[in-house]
Amino acid sequence: MSEIAVDVRGVSKRFRLAHGRHNSLKERVIHGGRTPHEDFWALKDVSLVAREGETVGILGRNGSGKSTLLKCICGVLQPTSGEVVVRGKLAGLLELGAGFQQDLTGRENIYLNGSMLGMSKKEVDRVFDDIVDFSELEEFIDGQVKFYSSGMYVRLGFAVAVNVNPDILVVDEVLAVGDERFQRKCIERVKDFQREGRTILLVTHSPDQVRSICDRAVVLSHGDVVNEGPPGEAVRIFREGLLEEEGTLTIPDESPEPRAPTLVPKGTPDVDHPVRVTYVAHTYPRFEEVGYLATGESLTIGVGYHASIATDDVVFSLELRDADDNCFMRTDTDIMGLRFDLPVGPGLVNFLVDDIPLLDGTFSYSVGVLSKGGILYDWREPAGTFAVMCPGKDTGFIKLPVRAWLLPPEPEAIAQMAPHELDYLRPGA
Amino acid sequence: MAAEAAGFTPREARGNKVTRIVSPTISVRQRLKEIWLSRELLVYLVRTEIKVKYKNSVLGLVWSMISPAMTLAIYFVVFQVVLGNHMPDFVIYLFAGLLLWNLFSLGVLTGTGVIVNNAGIVKKVSFPREILALAAVGSACVFFFFQSIVMVIFMVVLHAGPDWPYLPLVVFALITGIVLACALAVLLSAINVYLRDTQHLMEVILTAWFWACPIVYPFQQDIGAKLGHKLFIYFLNPVTPLVLTFQRFIYNKVSPVAKVKGVPTTYLVLPHHGYLWYSSLDVGVFALSVVLFLVALAVFGRLEGNFAEEL
Repeated sequence: MSEIAVDVRGVSKRFRLAHGRHNSLKERVIHGGRTPHEDFWALKDVSLVAREGETVGILGRNGSGKSTLLKCICGVLQPTSGEVVVRGKLAGLLELGAGFQQDLTGRENIYLNGSMLGMSKKEVDRVFDDIVDFSELEEFIDGQVKFYSSGMYVRLGFAVAVNVNPDILVVDEVLAVGDERFQRKCIERVKDFQREGRTILLVTHSPDQVRSICDRAVVLSHGDVVNEGPPGEAVRIFREGLLEEEGTLTIPDESPEPRAPTLVPKGTPDVDHPVRVTYVAHTYPRFEEVGYLATGESLTIGVGYHASIATDDVVFSLELRDADDNCFMRTDTDIMGLRFDLPVGPGLVNFLVDDIPLLDGTFSYSVGVLSKGGILYDWREPAGTFAVMCPGKDTGFIKLPVRAWLLPPEPEAIAQMAPHELDYLRPGA
Repeated sequence: MAAEAAGFTPREARGNKVTRIVSPTISVRQRLKEIWLSRELLVYLVRTEIKVKYKNSVLGLVWSMISPAMTLAIYFVVFQVVLGNHMPDFVIYLFAGLLLWNLFSLGVLTGTGVIVNNAGIVKKVSFPREILALAAVGSACVFFFFQSIVMVIFMVVLHAGPDWPYLPLVVFALITGIVLACALAVLLSAINVYLRDTQHLMEVILTAWFWACPIVYPFQQDIGAKLGHKLFIYFLNPVTPLVLTFQRFIYNKVSPVAKVKGVPTTYLVLPHHGYLWYSSLDVGVFALSVVLFLVALAVFGRLEGNFAEEL
């Protein structure tokens, strides 16, 4: 195991929410030295370890304490209790260009900011050109910073911070600055840092960024660490927490009461609804242990039904929906070329979704029973939810089989290749 | 100017890593170490402050010489011309005391407001915040340097030579004054975050403090000869021995004689004590300043935790 670079030990941070500030002596005396206040714990006994070379993402909603945590790690805020031990030089990108002096030129500010981040003059001299190159401000470097546009300001700030040669880089949502091209450049830089084996702590709102960059992620909620683990899992928990709290999607844990289609009123004779859905359940390989599916695993959905009269040509349908309730796949047994003639009595139909290609997220499914002619007998919507977590680093929505190969430059090289190696030269082999 | 002079050692290469602990309790020793590691930042902050102060002004740093010269001229006119004080080389005497006093009062006064005035940096960037207060004293030192040049010019013009054996003691007194100013600046800058009155209060206190030092009046004549055994009260002011040391070196006249309307009159300016008296007083003030500085660091550390919230 590599050594610990950042060790957060039981850090708590209390903020005093004062009801009216008493900053002058007079006010203090009048109020007997006390200010009416309310305690607010932004962090509650948070512990966290980042090892050397690790990239740890910190996810959380607004107000979950993630920025407070970063500020404690950077030393801008002191924790109320607990301590943070940092091994190595740390550069914090809490706010870009924070230490800039408006009246100084870009050049002077690079030196000032560099020394604030702990660089000596010689070190700044050495990386000065890199900083200017990176910021793309060659023409303006001798102009006063107060005449810079906000984009130029931020670019210079980022350029200085990433060039201080830190062992530990702490990034607070600043990757979302500048135009798209500069953003990409910043992320490239962060990835360079990773390759060089530096430790990175990253706070972000973008789960995709966590997935593509981080080795591990921590989810904070109301000052508590609610999850620490692989990025996919953290992203899933973060999203679920987001959905729960915002209430944009309410998926009950248990299957809801069957909802009769509006076109066919409930309570009509069984002739119209010869088949009823009695229960819906799903399972997957590690259902009991982990509670989520990994990309590529299979999902089994069972639909229990009861036929009150013998019915021929019954069709069972399945719809898969994403967190925004968009149906991304619908199929039924008729499409699959199956014909079900049901006798009177209960029964079970299983759908097996082999090799789930989804990346992370929470999904729901609905099932329906209908006649071949399209008359709906019964449905459940949503019938259940399942979570998928991608163990890899792909981001997005779906995992398609993608391969890549390098074409050998010389024909001689091909001649020397073994037969099975030649296969890779043929797409689709 | 100072940046090139201070020889920088290359920082530790990667691998030999510095461990930093962020916790509500950091020892004073650790704080001193961190200040030492940030000494280069101190130089930059001093340069920045001076650059920003005289940005877009035609005369620039010359102003730092003009304003004390102006003060000097006013005191000279008031005391020597209007009030008829005939003390020889009164300008030199005034300047000797003012040199040290300006350093001290400017450092303390700007130092007091420095955390509040730099709230933007304090809230966002991590570095030992005491550096800001030290930089305020640092820039006062730069002004001191320029004023010393004016002082030297005056001395050459008026043919007033210093008492050279006292030179080491003056250097010691200067260092003591800087440490004392740093201690107060660090302490008050932290208190000022919580009680914004501190800054205004200090302006008043420093005005009174100025008159409690023997700068515009001769010490021996007005204080030493009159207070008698209560003299120790006057020496509760730690700046007094430093001012006297400066005057002893620069003014170099203990009891000069001047002709007032043809009658030779003796002016009792400085105490009739020797080197030992001055040096023991200065050592006492130095010890006090060092203790105060350490206390200031400890207090600063306690108060620092909530800076980002209070600003």
